[in-house]
Amino acid sequence: MDTTVVNTGADEKTWGGGNKPLNASYGKMMMWFFIVSDALTFSGFLAAYGFSRFKFIGSWPIADEVFTHVPFLHGQEFPMIYVAFMTFILIMSSVTMVLAVDAGHHMNKAKVTLYMLLTIIGGLIFVGSQAWEWATFIKGDHGAVQTKGGNILQFVDADGHRVKLADFVVAGTHDRVEHERKNGLWFVDEGALPTYTMDEVIAGFESHPDIAIRTQDINEHGHKTVLSRSESLKQLKTNGKKVVEGANLHVNEYGTSLFADFFFFITGFHGFHVFSGVVINIIIFFNVILGTYERRGSYEMVEKVGLYWHFVDLVWVFVFTFFYLV
Amino acid sequence: MAHAEHKLEILRGLIKFKSNTQKIWGVLILLSIITAVEVILGIYKPSSLMGHVLGMKALNWIFIILTIVKAYYITWDFMHMRDETANLRRMVVWTAIFLIAYLLFILLQEGDYIESIYSSGYIKHNF
Repeated sequence: MDTTVVNTGADEKTWGGGNKPLNASYGKMMMWFFIVSDALTFSGFLAAYGFSRFKFIGSWPIADEVFTHVPFLHGQEFPMIYVAFMTFILIMSSVTMVLAVDAGHHMNKAKVTLYMLLTIIGGLIFVGSQAWEWATFIKGDHGAVQTKGGNILQFVDADGHRVKLADFVVAGTHDRVEHERKNGLWFVDEGALPTYTMDEVIAGFESHPDIAIRTQDINEHGHKTVLSRSESLKQLKTNGKKVVEGANLHVNEYGTSLFADFFFFITGFHGFHVFSGVVINIIIFFNVILGTYERRGSYEMVEKVGLYWHFVDLVWVFVFTFFYLV
Repeated sequence: MAHAEHKLEILRGLIKFKSNTQKIWGVLILLSIITAVEVILGIYKPSSLMGHVLGMKALNWIFIILTIVKAYYITWDFMHMRDETANLRRMVVWTAIFLIAYLLFILLQEGDYIESIYSSGYIKHNF
């Protein structure tokens, strides 16, 4: 066991892999190649997001109206604060990672162990935050109505603030029955029914004269267009099709369904990278504790996973910009 | 392991650090400042930056440039690209930048074209 760890057999012979082109070891160079290819995968996703966004440039959801929540502070709006916190956590764990690499260069086992542990904790906080962010996004908080054309109608009060469906709609007894697999088309069912029916929403809307409808269209001031009362009612009655609460891959209450699709796909793929990064970091952490790299005489393995971990941070910087800021 | 010396200057030698550890903290401070600026601009959205420059809001250009600056420091200092040989650096960076720029150009051009069809053509989608 010890001999395999100490001598990798690649150190002396040029043709045995001992040669180091570009002054980088085999593993490090391959990690760089992997990072380039993975960066291109993420660019593909983000470019596709940009494509859809340019396609619907006049009606895309405004990100800081969507991501306004901070854990434990219910009902208050803090646009972007929590995502900024997540960004900071990830940058911070990048810092502890690079400190671990630095300690590795000095063969300081205790410090490498400590910094690897901190990196893992940072990664776990980030993944947890992302799970919370997803849960909040899926649950939604205001509710909206989807039209026949697939557009989203949201409700606002006289000051332009969003109004929850629960604040003006009274749920009646439902006579619509959820479609189950055993009825009609075989093996086709539908998700849970929304709390309210379209008729109840219209009734609630009629009894609250100060509520208006906000469409997806962005006006010349960069805000969503709010319709007049009569237009709102007409739009709701002629085009309103179903009540939407929260978000999934088919519909979302924030605007075009593509927004939620890309959100789930890109942040999900990134979250998966963070998760696998944490798993790899844990493996390396235990190898450090067991003294594997101490015996090998080099902490280069820490450096290689470090490259991967920084790459995850690098991708987040771009996801943060294109999903939350721009 | 005998490791190559780290280059300890950032901002083209404007700031010089005494040790690698110190440089790491220095870069963290720089990245935090940039993120803070981004978040503040994102929350307040100054109306003076809402004008269009080259087909996009000036504010969005600022965000994108700041992001690229952040990416530069993460790659150069955290991933130690600064200490690698010039050829390894070019192999990684130029390849990625060329392919990404190419893909972005094609897709954004196409998205923009479809948007113009939606808004001025015969297709009606606002019902």
